[in-house]
Amino acid sequence: MPKIVMAPTVVVTLVCIYGYMIWTAILSFTNSRMLPTYKFVGIDQYERLFNNDRWIVALTNLGVFGGLFILICLFLGVMLAIFLDQKIRAEGAIRTIYLYPMAISFIVTGTAWKWLLNPTNGFEKLMIDLGFENFKFDWLINPDMVVYCLVIAAVWQASGFVMALFLAGLRGVDGDLIKAAHLDGASTFTTYRRIILPSLKPVFFSALVILSHIAIKSFDLVAALTNGGPGYSSDLPANFMYAHTFTRSQIGLGSASAMVMLGCVLAILVPYLYSELRGKRHE
Amino acid sequence: MKKIALGLTSVALSLAAAHSQAGEVEVLHWWTSGGEAAAINVLKEEMVETGHTWKDFAVAGGGGESAMTVLKSRAIAGNPPSAAQIKGPTIQEWGDLGFLTNLDDVAEEGDWDVILPGVVSEVMKYDGHYVAAPVNVHRVNWMWANPEVFRKAGAAIPTTWDQFITEAKKIKAAGFTPLAHGGQAWQDATLFEAIALSKGSRFYNSAFIALSDTTLRSQDMIDVFDTFKQMREFVDPGFSGRDWNIATSMVINGEAAMQIMGDWAKGEFTAAGKKAGIDYVCYPAPGTSGTFTFNIDSLAMFTVDGSDQQEAQKDLARLILEPKFQETFNLNKGSIPARLNMPREKFDTCAHSSMDAFLASSTTGDLVPSMAHGMAVNSMIQGAIFDVVTNFFNDDSMTSQEAVDKLARAIKASM
Repeated sequence: MPKIVMAPTVVVTLVCIYGYMIWTAILSFTNSRMLPTYKFVGIDQYERLFNNDRWIVALTNLGVFGGLFILICLFLGVMLAIFLDQKIRAEGAIRTIYLYPMAISFIVTGTAWKWLLNPTNGFEKLMIDLGFENFKFDWLINPDMVVYCLVIAAVWQASGFVMALFLAGLRGVDGDLIKAAHLDGASTFTTYRRIILPSLKPVFFSALVILSHIAIKSFDLVAALTNGGPGYSSDLPANFMYAHTFTRSQIGLGSASAMVMLGCVLAILVPYLYSELRGKRHE
Repeated sequence: MKKIALGLTSVALSLAAAHSQAGEVEVLHWWTSGGEAAAINVLKEEMVETGHTWKDFAVAGGGGESAMTVLKSRAIAGNPPSAAQIKGPTIQEWGDLGFLTNLDDVAEEGDWDVILPGVVSEVMKYDGHYVAAPVNVHRVNWMWANPEVFRKAGAAIPTTWDQFITEAKKIKAAGFTPLAHGGQAWQDATLFEAIALSKGSRFYNSAFIALSDTTLRSQDMIDVFDTFKQMREFVDPGFSGRDWNIATSMVINGEAAMQIMGDWAKGEFTAAGKKAGIDYVCYPAPGTSGTFTFNIDSLAMFTVDGSDQQEAQKDLARLILEPKFQETFNLNKGSIPARLNMPREKFDTCAHSSMDAFLASSTTGDLVPSMAHGMAVNSMIQGAIFDVVTNFFNDDSMTSQEAVDKLARAIKASM
């Protein structure tokens, strides 16, 4: 009976996730343009991909954006969690405020930050109106800095979520352990650094996996905040894939870029799963 | 006498019978905004009057991207609509895949070869046969200006790009934004192609249709990039990612002096209650007065099953080219009719000047397809040009020589 109940789900999963993954892999070795064709051309599409300036920009952006986004989110998340853990008043309200951005989609985040960061009517104008006449904050239209705008908006959105994860972890730490440490004369800082945070390693890894896959699949944030511009200086791989597959009739090239993105996700996921599963066996 | 009358009646009846053979057309399009929706509704009403059923298949958003994605999946599933809003070289791509139907008999009956300029009918044909019907012609190389701003700044309307730069400096000094622009790839390309066209239609055709490597690397092309780069200092700092209609509203409000944009911008002026020739003026983009960059919307006809459906499809194609539809549609859309020699009393002065230029340029060879709007090259090459152009406009460090090299290489790689 359970087998029958599960069957449709299994079929849907197999076809819609693994089936399409394999289909995309196949297409990435063909010269498909507007519609899928099955004329195989070897690794031509991958060669074209890595000879494409725009793809290199997208990959570099992913490195900068992903790296900063993950590091800043983890740092802010841990800090916020520790502060909230000090038995302060109105903790519930503050926690909700920090967590709320996660409830908003990246499209809304992107649109809101697009207004805030726009030099003619956002933050820069506010500062100038306040009397700082030489104030300049034009990252959104500066091709060298625009990728940091993506980081700002994404961190704003996700760090509250990381905080919630760590807060749950902190609450799970055995209180006796902390008391014992204090009795032994350890300062609060040392207790956190040497005892509490190391015991939160699983939380840390969960957060890392979630954040990195958010970074790699980021599409809507770019679409709403910068639309890849100025020029294509804030493109991420997902935006490159969409543009080439759907607007430029280059299904083969788009599939190849999708496969590279899948590779990035696997590069993070496989070591994580490996360590998780191995850990289980030891227990 | 009675016999003749009877004969005529029976002929009329049989004609009516032929037409009352009701079929259904399903039309995929993305004319969903106010004026556009009203424009396509005219066709719908005419089809219903003829006795057919109209199944609207409107997919909004993304400048037709979402519609194209839906169309592809329908085509793969073997169930394409009767007609779809496809234009330019994309018609050829669908023709290559064997999805389009032959409209030669409708075209012959309606004298399409005579009423359409050669350049237009060429776009509507695949392999020498008509497969699509044009609904309108947009002129892309337009400049929209606010005369009030010019008066206040003491500047004159420019007719060349050199003059544009001189006048724009005056306007900037007077505290206005000289050029209203939206920093989106297609808008950058629209401005770029207007500058390229000022080098003449022969240069334009050689660069964007023949894709000649020599032309792409020529001194003229370097000059085009130089002029294009200078435009960067005449736009305001908030231009990045701005939509075209927001840029138009800057001209309407008197914040900015000019905008280089196709004639769909007229809709914004009309909607704001402005009068052509008084509140705003329209001129050809500097240096392009004798030339005409066209962007033609068309409905391509797919192969459908069933004689009723085929009959309805032929009626649809026939009605599109009839003067009544061409007039009403284009009055609503801001464009001009695709067929020549139409009554023109109802159109405004900008449309008249567009019609004159269309007629004149169609005989001199100065009627050229718009690269920025997907009429000249396929989407891959267009994308490659967009990438170089938009990147150059935003990157202070890239020289025109580098841009020309990149352009030539990018185009070669996408051919």
